[in-house]
Amino acid sequence: MSRVLPILTVLGVITVLWYVAAVWMNATWVYDQAARANAAVDLRGLIRATLTQERPVLPAPHQVAFGLWDGIAGQAITSKRSLVYHAWVTLSATLLGFLIGTTAGILLAIGIVHNRAMDMSVMPWAIASQTIPILAIAPMIIVVLNSMGVQGLVPKAIISAYLSFFPVVVGMVKGLRAPDAMQLDLMRTYNASGAETLGKLRLPSSLPYLFTSLKVGIAASLVGTIVGELPTGAVAGLGSRLLSGSYYGQTVQIWAALFGAALVAASLVAIISMVERVTLRRMGMAR
Amino acid sequence: MSKTAERTSNRASTLFGLDGLMWLIGASLATLMYDWRLSVLMAFWAGAWLVNAGLSQTRAPWGKYAVPAVFGLTLLALWEMAAGMYRISPIILPAPSAIAARIAQEGPTLWADFVQTFVKGALSGYAIGCTAAVLTAIAIDRSPFLQKGLLPVGNFVAALPIVGIAPIMVMWFGFDWHSKAAVVVVMVFFPVLVNTVAGLKAADQMQRDLMQTYGASYAQALFKLRLPAAMPFIFNGLKIATTLALIGAIVAEFFGSPIVGMGFRITAEIGRLGLDMIWAEIAVAALAGSAFYGLIALIERRVTFWHPSQRNG
Repeated sequence: MSRVLPILTVLGVITVLWYVAAVWMNATWVYDQAARANAAVDLRGLIRATLTQERPVLPAPHQVAFGLWDGIAGQAITSKRSLVYHAWVTLSATLLGFLIGTTAGILLAIGIVHNRAMDMSVMPWAIASQTIPILAIAPMIIVVLNSMGVQGLVPKAIISAYLSFFPVVVGMVKGLRAPDAMQLDLMRTYNASGAETLGKLRLPSSLPYLFTSLKVGIAASLVGTIVGELPTGAVAGLGSRLLSGSYYGQTVQIWAALFGAALVAASLVAIISMVERVTLRRMGMAR
Repeated sequence: MSKTAERTSNRASTLFGLDGLMWLIGASLATLMYDWRLSVLMAFWAGAWLVNAGLSQTRAPWGKYAVPAVFGLTLLALWEMAAGMYRISPIILPAPSAIAARIAQEGPTLWADFVQTFVKGALSGYAIGCTAAVLTAIAIDRSPFLQKGLLPVGNFVAALPIVGIAPIMVMWFGFDWHSKAAVVVVMVFFPVLVNTVAGLKAADQMQRDLMQTYGASYAQALFKLRLPAAMPFIFNGLKIATTLALIGAIVAEFFGSPIVGMGFRITAEIGRLGLDMIWAEIAVAALAGSAFYGLIALIERRVTFWHPSQRNG
């Protein structure tokens, strides 16, 4: 309870501020309309008018909530207006890419830990690549693959894989090096082979690091997929909902897509956290 | 790692490398009858790998820089050779030499884009967002209640796809750099906030007690003990924020921008299939991103010279 109350307070304050901002930012339009109709606007009328506009500058929270609810439950799932449909398009590409990126990242990390030349060649680039705005190449990948005839899920998945790849490599290398000299020497006294040391010591002790980077990676993957959906000209997916909303000034649609994306991101991270908690507890590594 | 363990693992890694090398040489010979170009590429790769395997055994300090440099140059050379030998269409993958030529040729355009996106959009947003975040963290410092509420919310928001607010900001602040700066402000705010709040808790009880025995006021304790102690955390947030700032500024331009800017140029050149120009912009973005990160890391080294992670690093 002591944790829930402060969070609720903060969320409540944000909601109140949001309403105030909505009234304030949408007021210009209402005054404009009133001036044209030569009518006076009192405060109550102003508030009512600002919170029910069709294309407000800032939609009020209840409008966004309604737009989100309408998008999720109000449409048939196969409908192009359904947020569930668009979220699924985005989610499937994200998950496919995440799977590829994570697998490749773990394999490369294992190679790096076992081979000094690989470590010294690849590691500086892997670290440096995290300071580069990789996301900027997303549109190019989409268009190039499109011109080669590859369409749909795969190009977005490649971007998402690329973005989740580097966090996993860096995290896993750290994790696989986590066992200290004492433990490695113990494995040596057991005459363990490299593969056995990897499977029985290095991989288990790298799990906390793996989960941390998985959480970073999946968030990056989702952002990559959403950005990857922009240049194809609003076909399907949460990114295209954002883009078409911004073309046609449908602010409620933008906010609903934004909250839809937030919902997807939050549940993905939550799922990984849950798996992390269960796994680490079963392994006796819970912190 | 102990000395012997290290030596054995080195020997193992050399063998590992040689094993792979033998395999590579065999494969390149095998592909010789199938496709000579592929075997040339593989032979070049094998040669470069051999050089790197040798270089990586050295204990000399320059080895740390030489090995990744050789690796990077090898990749570039392979790219160039592949693009030349297979005659890859420049609208799919332009050769590095073509990109370099483009960079040299389009210098003024690239510079104008850089100023618009990085200096005006990303840097101003970064400065505003980080300042606001640090000030907010200090403002809620005295209220554990607010901290308990804001931290989970901040952590939650930090994991969200915030770039999505770009279309909204473009609608509010117009096409010019102001909207890009606004996106950047929102993107960098939460990581820096969360890190600063964590950092302000970093001074331990003993040190706080000492400040109390000195009769230090809240402000004195804050400026002389807790803020300096928080610096490693704050800089951690600032470093994460550098990448976010550049990403935010570029992606926000995809939603609408004046006819200058890195994100604008990328979308515009996609329409004209000028891939060499896109790669040139990406090269500039990569350079700017790492330079920005490096600058913050350099300042960090100056400010937090006392921290264990900075000593004899």
